[in-house]
Amino acid sequence: MTTEPAAPQTGPQTAPQTVDLAAAYEASGVREVLKELDDTMIGLAPVKQRIRETASLLLVDQARRQLGLATETPTLHMSFTGNPGTGKTTVALKMADLLHRLGYVRKGHLVTVTRDDLVGQYIGHTAPKTKEVLKKAMGGVLFIDEAYYLYRPENERDYGQEAIEILLQVMENNRDDLVVILAGYADRMDRFFDSNPGFRSRIAHHIEFPDYSNEELLKIADVMLTEQNYTLDPAARTAMADYIAARRGQPHFANARSIRNALDRARLRQANRLFNEAAGPLDGTALSTIAGADILASRVFRGGLDVDRKPAKEAAE
Amino acid sequence: MRLRQGQYSFLPDLSDDDIRVQAQYAIDKGWAVSVEYTDDPHPRNSFWEMWGHPMFDTPDAAALVYEVNECRKAHGAKYIRVLAFDASAGWESIRMSFIVNRPAEEPGFRLVRQEGEGRMIRYTIESYATREPEGARYA
Repeated sequence: MTTEPAAPQTGPQTAPQTVDLAAAYEASGVREVLKELDDTMIGLAPVKQRIRETASLLLVDQARRQLGLATETPTLHMSFTGNPGTGKTTVALKMADLLHRLGYVRKGHLVTVTRDDLVGQYIGHTAPKTKEVLKKAMGGVLFIDEAYYLYRPENERDYGQEAIEILLQVMENNRDDLVVILAGYADRMDRFFDSNPGFRSRIAHHIEFPDYSNEELLKIADVMLTEQNYTLDPAARTAMADYIAARRGQPHFANARSIRNALDRARLRQANRLFNEAAGPLDGTALSTIAGADILASRVFRGGLDVDRKPAKEAAE
Repeated sequence: MRLRQGQYSFLPDLSDDDIRVQAQYAIDKGWAVSVEYTDDPHPRNSFWEMWGHPMFDTPDAAALVYEVNECRKAHGAKYIRVLAFDASAGWESIRMSFIVNRPAEEPGFRLVRQEGEGRMIRYTIESYATREPEGARYA
């Protein structure tokens, strides 16, 4: 027999004594988001790892809250750094969904902005503009792409500083209302944080997006084409692999975005080829197969973008 | 005398959370919410000053609470109300209106009697506050 007094009756005021994390995980629907992330995003292992960690942190925080151990909302502002086309915006969308399911943002929508949407053109224009954007993002996630453009040290009268001040203030005071994600290239973001220490201290999660490997980019090409009901024939597949390797060494390489552009152009050439060659009726396979020639015609195999800009004399011939 | 205008005016003052829930209801209905303030509490005063634009495309009511608080910083000693407009009829019709901020002292209204022709009496009310010029009321 126990000598301890009877446990208090469970009423609305008494906190539960234990929390089932696995059940909370199932109930929150985080599993689906993480699975979707795994299925739809190729590569990005460190990013997925960080997101999984963040999700568990938030689940544990939620559990602590239920037991009355935590009261403060954790800082959820993040910075995504990485080269162009590495999936920052897509992951931000998933992140918004994740935070919504865990109950850290009420609506879970993503508002994507750049410097243009925040900074005004004349005195007194910036504050209302920034506030308007912030209000639109409340209850969701504000994604600031290429955030370092906000700060222009070379112009001391630049209105970007004003936008930064308002952002910082709202990030601090309305932490429950919105989550801010800053994105941009790693080195320039570092410089941005160095010159705006307020930002660095208000951002808890710095997530770095690695470049895709050639194999991953080929897989991404496959996924993109499947979504549009196209296929690569074996020759085109080899050509695509060569294309990726060649494109990487050329300027303005933007990972998955370059692949998407390349595929768009390949579809254009395929359509052109079908139009010129087709003598009789075409079946579905012909309409949806991209041949090796469609990809090999790319200027990437002829030395890149420079070939197009021939000197005027040569071009006239 | 406590001003009784609009919804919930017989209830205790709404907290920020109450305001958020009410505004969220309006937003979920597709109505645009906005903030207005005045220092002329006459019930027929339909010209309240607008605090910013009506919020047509904010999905979450936190934005409204944010603006209410911004307005309180600037006009904390005046009346502030929240409106919800419904544009679905093709014009903006007010669906909700409630006061979210009021001056510390509300002096109330004076009944004025005007002697007309014969022994006719015209009645009107006048806010004690509006005896002061605009801006000097509810100091």
